[in-house]
Amino acid sequence: MLMALRSGVVAQWAARALVVALGGLALSFGLVLATQAPALAEGETIRLTLATSRSGPIEGVEVTVKDANGDEVDQGNTDDQGRFEAELPGPGEYTVTINPDDLPEGVTAAATERQVTVAEGAVGRIAFALSDGSTGGGGAAGRIPQLLVEGLRFGLLIAICAVGLSLIFGTTGLTNFAHGELVAIGAIVAWFLNVSAGAPLILATIIAMIVGGFVGWLNDVVLWGPLRGRGSGLIAMLVISIGLSLALRYILNIIFGGRSQPYADYRGQRAVDYGPISLTDKDLYSIFISLIVLVLVALMLQRTKIGKAMRAVADNRDLAASSGINVDRVIRFVWIVGGALAALGGVLFGLSDEVSWDMGFKLLLLMFAGITLGGLGTAYGALLGSIIVGVFVQLSTLVIADELKYVGGLLLLIVILVVRPQGILGSRARVG
Amino acid sequence: MSEFLDILALSVKSLVSQSAVFFALMGVGLNLHFGYTGLLNFGQIAFALLGGYGVAISVSMWGLPLIVGVIIGVLAAFVLALLLGLPTLRLRADYLAIVTIAAAEILRLVFRSTPATPVTGATRGLSGFGQGFYDRAPFETQRTYDFLGSTWTGREIWACLVGWLLVTLFSLLIWQLMRSPWGRVLKSIREDEDAVRSLGKNVYSYKMQSLILGGVIASFGGMILVLATGSANPDQFQNANTFLAYAALILGGTARVLGPIIGAMILWFIIAFTDAGLAALIRNGFIPDEILSSPDVANIRFVLVGVGLMILLIFRPQGIIGDRREIVLDAH
Repeated sequence: MLMALRSGVVAQWAARALVVALGGLALSFGLVLATQAPALAEGETIRLTLATSRSGPIEGVEVTVKDANGDEVDQGNTDDQGRFEAELPGPGEYTVTINPDDLPEGVTAAATERQVTVAEGAVGRIAFALSDGSTGGGGAAGRIPQLLVEGLRFGLLIAICAVGLSLIFGTTGLTNFAHGELVAIGAIVAWFLNVSAGAPLILATIIAMIVGGFVGWLNDVVLWGPLRGRGSGLIAMLVISIGLSLALRYILNIIFGGRSQPYADYRGQRAVDYGPISLTDKDLYSIFISLIVLVLVALMLQRTKIGKAMRAVADNRDLAASSGINVDRVIRFVWIVGGALAALGGVLFGLSDEVSWDMGFKLLLLMFAGITLGGLGTAYGALLGSIIVGVFVQLSTLVIADELKYVGGLLLLIVILVVRPQGILGSRARVG
Repeated sequence: MSEFLDILALSVKSLVSQSAVFFALMGVGLNLHFGYTGLLNFGQIAFALLGGYGVAISVSMWGLPLIVGVIIGVLAAFVLALLLGLPTLRLRADYLAIVTIAAAEILRLVFRSTPATPVTGATRGLSGFGQGFYDRAPFETQRTYDFLGSTWTGREIWACLVGWLLVTLFSLLIWQLMRSPWGRVLKSIREDEDAVRSLGKNVYSYKMQSLILGGVIASFGGMILVLATGSANPDQFQNANTFLAYAALILGGTARVLGPIIGAMILWFIIAFTDAGLAALIRNGFIPDEILSSPDVANIRFVLVGVGLMILLIFRPQGIIGDRREIVLDAH
C-alpha cells in the first residue's frame, strides 16, 4: 500500500486517486487496529466463525472451550455474525466443542470438536467444516447444476490435455501412453517454479508450457522421429511409449516425492455464489482459460496454414505428403503444441486437485476415454468426448462414492467401445 | 567383499523366489496373449488380482476351504476375460489395450475403496488365509532353512515349490497346445487375421479362448503371490506390474515357451541386484543422500524396467531366445 502511495505521488497522479489511496490506507489501518486490539490488551484468545455459503452466518450455536485438563474455560453462543470469541487464561492446548443441535436445518458439521494450541499472546483461530447441501449433504437434485459446472471444468481440463494426444494419434498413428507424463511434467515444473523459486503461478505456468512444448519436441526429435524413419511397427511404438511412461513416471516420483502438494498461490479460496452454483475464483478462471485456449486451438486448426496441414496429415498422410506438405515438420509442430497444452492442463489439474507424480497416469485413462468417445484421431472429437467424460465423472458422484468417481469414467470408456467403437465423430473405417 | 557376497546371494535367491514365480506365471499367460495370438493385453495384473483376492476373500471372509477359493479365483478370471473380450476382440489391437488397462485400474480402485471394506478390507487388505495352504506342505513350515547361500522360511520354500510346479505344468500345456492345430490357428491369427478368417476359422472365438486361458494362468500367479506374502493388498496389484511382466516376457523372448520363465528369473535377478546394490552404495556413502535416498531405491526398478523395455524393443525385440520373424510388432 505504501509503495502504491509513494509511486502515486511521484507520478503526480490525479488528486482523486491520491484521496482514494489514502482512504484505503486509513481503512486498512482501521481494520488492523480493530482485529489486533483485543489480542494486545487481553493476551490469548480463541476465535471462530460459523457460516456456510447458503445459510450465511449462523447465530446462537453453543460453543464450549475446555483446557487440557478438561476444565471448562468459557461457554457462550455465536453472535449475529456467526462469531464467537473466548479469552483464555494462558497459552496452551484447548478443546473447542460446538453443539450440533443448535445448527440450522440442513447444515451438518463434519466434526463438532476441535483442538487448538495457542501460543503466548496469539489468537487461536478454529475452523469447523460445515456442509449445507451445496457441497454434499443435501438432496441430489439440488447438486446437479453444481456438478454440471464442475464437470464442465474437469472436462475442459481433460480436453486440453487430450487434444495433443488425439492429434499425435491422428498424424502418426501412435497411441502414446507417455502423454500423461507430459501433463505431470508441466504441473511439476510449475510447482517447483511457484513453490521453490517463488515465481507467481501465472509466470510459472507460461514457463511450464514452454518446457512442455520443448519436451514434446524432444520426444519427437530423439525418439519418435527416428523410429518413424526406421519404419517401426505401431505396436512396437506403443510398447516403447509404455516403457517411456514407466521410466518418466518413476523419475518424477524420485524428484517430486510420493506425496501430493498444492501450489503456493490461490490456496484456500472461498466459493462465491452464482445462483444455484458456487465456484471458487480459480475454478471460474480455469473454465475461462480452458475455453479460450480451446477456441484458439480450434481457430488454429480451422484457419491457419499449419492447422490445415495438421488436419490434412491426420486425414491422409500420403496424400498430404504428395500435395507438398512437409509431413515431418507438421508432426513436430503437433508434438510441440501437444506438449505445451498438456503442461497447461497439468497446472490446471494441480490447481484443483494438487500436484502429484502420478497425476498424468490418472488423467491418461480419462483422456483415452474422452478421445475414444469423441472418435480416435479427430481433434474436435477429443474435445467433445472429454467434456462428456468430465461431466459424467462429476455426475457419477451422485450415486457412487467420491473416491470411485474415476471408475465411472473408465466404465463409460468400456461401454462406448461396446456400443459405438468409432465414437461420436469418428468414422467406421478407423476401427479396423 | 562380504557385503558384495550377501548382495549376490540375495540376488541368486530372487532368481527363484516368489516374485520370479509370480512374474513367470503372468508372463506365461501374456506370452499366450501377446506372443502367440498377438493380443495386446495391458491389464494382466487384473487377472492376478482376481485370483489372489478370490482365494483371500473366500477363505478369510467367507470361511470356505482353500480349494473352493482357488476355483472362485479361476472363475473370476474367466468371467473377466469374457467381459473384456466380448466388446474388444473384434476391434483393432489398441482398443483391447486401452480397455484392459482401464479395467485393471477400475478393479484396483474398487478393491481399495472404502465402500468395499467389508469384502476386500480396502487399503489394509486381507490376511490370515494361508493356513490351509501351509498345512499341506510335506515339511516343517515354521522353521527356516539355509539354501543357495541365503535363508528361507519353510513357507517361502513351499510357496515357491508349488509356484514353480504350476509354471512347469502351464509351460508344458502351452508347449503341447502350440504343437496342436489349435496353436497353429492362434499363430496364424497373429500373422494374418484375414487369411485365417478366409479359411473358415472363427477368429473371434480363438482369440477369446486365448484371452481366457492366459488370464486364468495369471490368476494362479496372483494366488501364489498372496499365499507367499501372507496378505492380499490392492497395492500389490499396481498397474505397473503388468509392464514388469511385459519386460520379463520380451527380455526372455516372446513366442517361446521358455521365454517368460528365463525373462522373469533374469529380470528379478537384475532388480534384486540393483536394489540391494544401490542400498549398499547409499549406506556406505558412495551415493550422497541428496541424489538418491533409500526410499527411492524401490522406484529405481521401474525406471530401469521402463528404459530397458524401450531399449529392448528398439534394438533387440526378440529378446534373449526369441525369433525376430515371430514378433508381432508391425500389426495394426
